[in-house]
Amino acid sequence: MFLLLQANTTELYSLRDLMLIAPELILTVCGCVALVMEVVLPYRKSKWTAYFALVSIGLAAASLASLYFANRDLFPLDGFYGMLRIDGFAILFKAIFLIGAALTVAVSMRYLDVEGEQHGEYYALVLFATVGMMFLACGFDLISLYISLELMALTFYVLVAFTKREKRSNEAAMKYFLLGAFSSGILLYGMSLLYGVAGSTNLGEIGRSIGVALQPSVNELGMMTSGIPLRPLILLGVIALSAGLFFKISAVPFHMWAPDAYEGAPTPVTAFLSTGSKAASFALYLRIFTEALGGLRGTALDWAPLVAIVAAITILVGNWAAVTQENSKRLLAYSSISNAGYVLLGLVAGNSYGYIGIVIYLLVYTLMNIGAFGIIISLRRRGIIGDNVNDMAGLAQKAPGMAAMMAIFMLSLGGLPATGGFIGKYFLFGGLLQRGRLEEKSWYYWLAAWAIINTVVSFYYYVRFIKVMYLGERVADDRPLALSPALRAALVVSLIGVIIIGIYPQPFIDLAQKLITPLTAGALAFR
Amino acid sequence: MTELAINFPFALQGAPAPQVQGIDLSWYLALSAVLFTIGVVGVIIKRNVISMFMCIELMLNAVNLTFVAFASYFRDVTGQLFVFIVMTVAAAEAAVGLGIIIAIFRNRESLDVDDANILKL
Amino acid sequence: MMLSLILQQELARMQTTGGVGSPVTAYWPIMVFLVVAIIFPVLPIVLGRFLRPMMYSKTKARPYECGIDPKTEAHDRFTVRYYIVAMLFLIFDVETIFLLPWAIIFMGEDFTFTKFALLEMFIFIGILIVGYYYAWRKGALEWA
Repeated sequence: MFLLLQANTTELYSLRDLMLIAPELILTVCGCVALVMEVVLPYRKSKWTAYFALVSIGLAAASLASLYFANRDLFPLDGFYGMLRIDGFAILFKAIFLIGAALTVAVSMRYLDVEGEQHGEYYALVLFATVGMMFLACGFDLISLYISLELMALTFYVLVAFTKREKRSNEAAMKYFLLGAFSSGILLYGMSLLYGVAGSTNLGEIGRSIGVALQPSVNELGMMTSGIPLRPLILLGVIALSAGLFFKISAVPFHMWAPDAYEGAPTPVTAFLSTGSKAASFALYLRIFTEALGGLRGTALDWAPLVAIVAAITILVGNWAAVTQENSKRLLAYSSISNAGYVLLGLVAGNSYGYIGIVIYLLVYTLMNIGAFGIIISLRRRGIIGDNVNDMAGLAQKAPGMAAMMAIFMLSLGGLPATGGFIGKYFLFGGLLQRGRLEEKSWYYWLAAWAIINTVVSFYYYVRFIKVMYLGERVADDRPLALSPALRAALVVSLIGVIIIGIYPQPFIDLAQKLITPLTAGALAFR
Repeated sequence: MTELAINFPFALQGAPAPQVQGIDLSWYLALSAVLFTIGVVGVIIKRNVISMFMCIELMLNAVNLTFVAFASYFRDVTGQLFVFIVMTVAAAEAAVGLGIIIAIFRNRESLDVDDANILKL
Repeated sequence: MMLSLILQQELARMQTTGGVGSPVTAYWPIMVFLVVAIIFPVLPIVLGRFLRPMMYSKTKARPYECGIDPKTEAHDRFTVRYYIVAMLFLIFDVETIFLLPWAIIFMGEDFTFTKFALLEMFIFIGILIVGYYYAWRKGALEWA
């Protein structure tokens, strides 16, 4: 950090650095403005804040696109003395977060009206959470990663508690807060140990130091001059980091907070939590485990078996626990747990197939999950919570279009061919098979087979929604669904996205391949 | 001094640490590991939200100690910088946590986590 | 007397060895401080136990509250406003730790850096002011 003083002081003004974070700057300023709008505008005009938030997300997306097109041949770009790295990976994830945030704002307006909690802070918080996620995607230093993780987590604690008169919301917020803070502490401990290994918080430096510590010429345990053995330190750091990150992505055995938080939170927050927050945690996971710890693959300290076992258990528990759920938000929470397991498979594979699978799956998952929660929101009105699976009964007669959309989202979550979910799963499983062939180890094949078997189980509960909608007893309630234009637009956008990626995925695959390649090259260079 | 260190998890080997002779890095790391473990165990066994929260703060401060120990070992300010950041984040976390706790207490008049049982498996 | 002797010896040692002492002696000042800190409260209590006359009365057993008669139990609810003020204080108080390192390196290498640092700090304080304005307008600072 003292580079700041030593560096050429004219560098301090570097506009280039500011250009690199232009999308985040826009969102930050707009978030502050939204906060002021809340106290200045009267309650009945507070929807203006929502539209303002949508506009600012659009501006941020435009600036992200211009950043990409202006620099796409120069990636990776480092900024702020190595604190940030803008590369294809960061751009892709930021795009996913912006899509998720825009859809969330669109589905929120209607819900907050029904709850009578239409406050501008909500949108400001969504914007701040998005800023945190975006910095998570491009942070290249433990410090910047930690701050952005906490920015995201803290705003989500508040968002989960947003309907403050609702006991379920309070309770969910308390559980999420306690376990979230706990997991951040464990994660931070892992970070401190990695800092102890490298003497630097930069991910690249850590990667290099770990490479040195693992060289055979370094003695048995890799002693530091102080007599601290380095390899146990690395091992402990990896375990603590993994435990913290497993919490964040709600992988078994650290998943217990997810169903409660998802059920109790306001539904649009659940949608954002299960997509944006999860994708951001995966971005963090990938960044640390490829850039800093990628050198551990294939050594005695390999983390792949650990991740593989956790992924296998997560897929099993998530799918089987979802089967018995009656509450649809809780069911989707367990489904989200199992999906975290699938995405972890991409990390186990650790090749370009796996990474493409992760990015595409997270994108599709964002679209289909926010879509599904959007339909649950449209069932909500005063007196009816609408989050029971049986509340969908007879939806096919009442609103055939909505029922069809829900059916498509559910089939895509299950991974039916010709939907987006299939493409994602195809690449994730394909990556595993490719890796297995390359390394000639059979457990990769077994893992893929295990995941496929459990995917079949998952169809049971996804199809249950469809069964209830089309074959369920028709409910007496004939009042039309409560749809707002924004909610409708969000649903249609999600639907189109899921279908396009399902039917014509080539452009997305090409883009992902082009942007993710440097990451895989970096990870493989250590081997 | 060597006899003392041999009983220790990390055996004293190699050159002595640059700071105070005899009290080298491993002592600080062991202390912070113990503090961290106390914090983790506290979060798991305590039933009161405030106590659990205090245990989480203990975990964060144990991590701070690790950072400072490494920073002084490497003669590098980054670790100290990290401690600043962690302290502010912990304060922000405390504020958010207090807010949530107040909201719960207004609605239900109890801070025992076992009473928070609307949401179940 | 003895304390000052030890401290003087220790200081001399530290000067000769360049601040590096043996494990025990390096912590001498702290141990001395610990002993003094224990003696300081314990001694008056023990002395007072032997010197004071023993006389108990009802008035004496009552909790001392600045001379005012206590009206209710001490285990009373505090109004929630205290917590809100505590939360705000916590945040704005801790933010000042960022001002400290900034103030130390403020007049750094040359004036360019000072201008840069000033600008940065204005941005930082500007963000804090947005939060302060929000809290103010929301009525978090109103007591009544």
